[in-house]
Amino acid sequence: MKKYLSFFRLRFLTGLQYRTAALAGIATQFAWGFLEIMVMKAFYETDPGVYPMTFRATVSYIWLQQAFLAFFAVWMVDSELFEMISNGNIAYELCRPIRIYSMMTARNLANRTSRAVLRCLPILLVAAFLPKPFRMEPPVGIAEFLLFVVTMLLGLSVTVAFFMLVYVLAFYTISPQGLRIVFCSLVEFLSGGVIPLPFFPEPVLRVLELLPFASMQNVPLRIYSGDIAGEEMVRAVGLQVFWLVALVVVGSMLCRMAERKVALQGG
Amino acid sequence: MITMKDVCKSYRVAKRNAGFGEACKSLFRREYETIHALRNVSFTISDGEMVGYIGPNGAGKSSTIKILSGILTPDSGEVLVDGRVPYQNRIRHVAQIGVVFGQRSQLWWDVPVIDSYELLKDIYSIPKKQYDNNLEELTILLNLSELIRTPARQLSLGQRMRCEIAASLLHSPKLLFLDEPTIGLDAVSKLAVRDFIKKQNELHGTTVILTTHDMQDIEALSKRIILIGNGEVLMDGTLEDIKRGGQSIDETVVELYRSYEI
Repeated sequence: MKKYLSFFRLRFLTGLQYRTAALAGIATQFAWGFLEIMVMKAFYETDPGVYPMTFRATVSYIWLQQAFLAFFAVWMVDSELFEMISNGNIAYELCRPIRIYSMMTARNLANRTSRAVLRCLPILLVAAFLPKPFRMEPPVGIAEFLLFVVTMLLGLSVTVAFFMLVYVLAFYTISPQGLRIVFCSLVEFLSGGVIPLPFFPEPVLRVLELLPFASMQNVPLRIYSGDIAGEEMVRAVGLQVFWLVALVVVGSMLCRMAERKVALQGG
Repeated sequence: MITMKDVCKSYRVAKRNAGFGEACKSLFRREYETIHALRNVSFTISDGEMVGYIGPNGAGKSSTIKILSGILTPDSGEVLVDGRVPYQNRIRHVAQIGVVFGQRSQLWWDVPVIDSYELLKDIYSIPKKQYDNNLEELTILLNLSELIRTPARQLSLGQRMRCEIAASLLHSPKLLFLDEPTIGLDAVSKLAVRDFIKKQNELHGTTVILTTHDMQDIEALSKRIILIGNGEVLMDGTLEDIKRGGQSIDETVVELYRSYEI
C-alpha cells in the first residue's frame, strides 16, 4: 500500500508545480460558470413550471462542477501514462514489483486531486460572495454536506475507475487518441457534464440513472442542494458503490490480461 | 542462475511499400510478416558472471532481456531465473532484478531526480540504511551530487543516463540487465559506468548481462560473449576465442558478423 501512496504523493507534488495552468484554469472556469448560469437563467425565466430543478440547485451544481472540474472532467486524465503505453516506456513500470492497475489508479487520483486543490478554493470563495442570481448558496444541511463529500469521493473513484478501462484498451491499440475522444465525449455528455441529468427527457433519464456515468458527478453535485434526497439518494449511493466495485474488478482483470499480451512498442 | 532452453518468440509486423497507392492498398489488404525474433535460444549463465550479449540491430537482444525481465512471454521454451519463471509471477521476480533500458527513461520528467529515487525506495521497500548507503555510493561513483536535485527534463542525455543507471541499482539487485547502458555517455562517464558495473560485480557478486554496440564496453567488462543473429545463438565463448592477433575489437566483431552472414 505504501508504494501506491508514494506514487500518489509524487504525482500530487508534480501536479502542484503547474501554477500558471491553474490560474488559467480558474479564469476559464469562471467564464464558463457565468456563461452557463446565464443560459440556465434564460431557460428558467421562459417557463419556471417545466424547469426540472430549482434554480438555486442549478447554480450550486454549476459552481461545484467548475470548482471540482478536475475531479470529474473526463479529459483531465494523466496523459503521461498514455504516452508511456504508446511509446513503450511502460516497460520500466513492468520491471517493478507493483501492480500496474493500482499504480495507474494512484497516479490518476493524485493528478486529479492536485489540480482540484489548486483550483477549487478560489472558485468556491468567490462564488459564495457573488451577487444574485450568480451566488452559490450554502448546502441545505450538515448531513447533506457530509454526504456531498462522501459521494464526491465515490464519484471521483468511479470516474477514475471508468477511465482505467481506456488505459487498458490503449495497451491493445497503437494510438490511444481515438479511444480518448470517443470516451471523453460520451462520458461528458452522459454524466451530466454538459447539462445536468434532470434536463434529459424522462424515459432517457430513467436509463441514464442506472448507468455508471450517473454515478460520477451527478450524485454529489445534486445531493449538495437537496435535489437528490430520501429514497432516491440511498439508491444513488448504492449504485455508486456497485459501479465502483464492478469497474475495479473488470478493470484490474483486463489490465492483468493486457500486461501479458502486450507487445512493447519501440524496441 | 539463468537458464534459457529452446526459447522462441515471434512478432507479426504489418509491412508496406512507400507511397500513396500502397497506403490505399493496405487499407483493404494488409501484408503481415512474421518476424522470428528468437529461434530456439538456449544458454546458461551462472551466478556472478558478466556476459556480453552482442549482435547486429534487430538480432533479438532486447527481446531476450524483456523475456528475462518477465515483461514478455515467449511463444515456447523454458526460462528459469534463480528458480523462477519470470513471466509467471512478474511481481515476485522483478523485485530481485535491476534493468536499464538505454533508450528509455524511468525518471519522472518534471521533478528532481531525487524524487524519483525516493519513490523507488518505497516501491522496492528498501530499508532506510541500505538506501542511504547505496545512494551515497552511487552518488560518488557516478558523480551525481550536482545532478540529483535537478529535474530530469533539464539533464543532458549522458547526465540522465548516469541517473538512470543509479536508479536501477538502488535496491541492490542480484541480477542486472543492461540494455545498451552507455548510449550518449561521454568518455569520462563511460569509464565511470564501466568501473562501476565491474565494482558491483566484484563487491556484491551481481550477475550482469549487458547488450551493447560499444565493443569497448564488452572488452572492459565481460569475459564471456554470446553472439546472437537473426534470433539464433551463433556463438557462446570468450573474447579470446574470437580475437585474432593484433586486431581491434571492432574489426574482430565485424569479421565475426561477416563470417556468420548477419
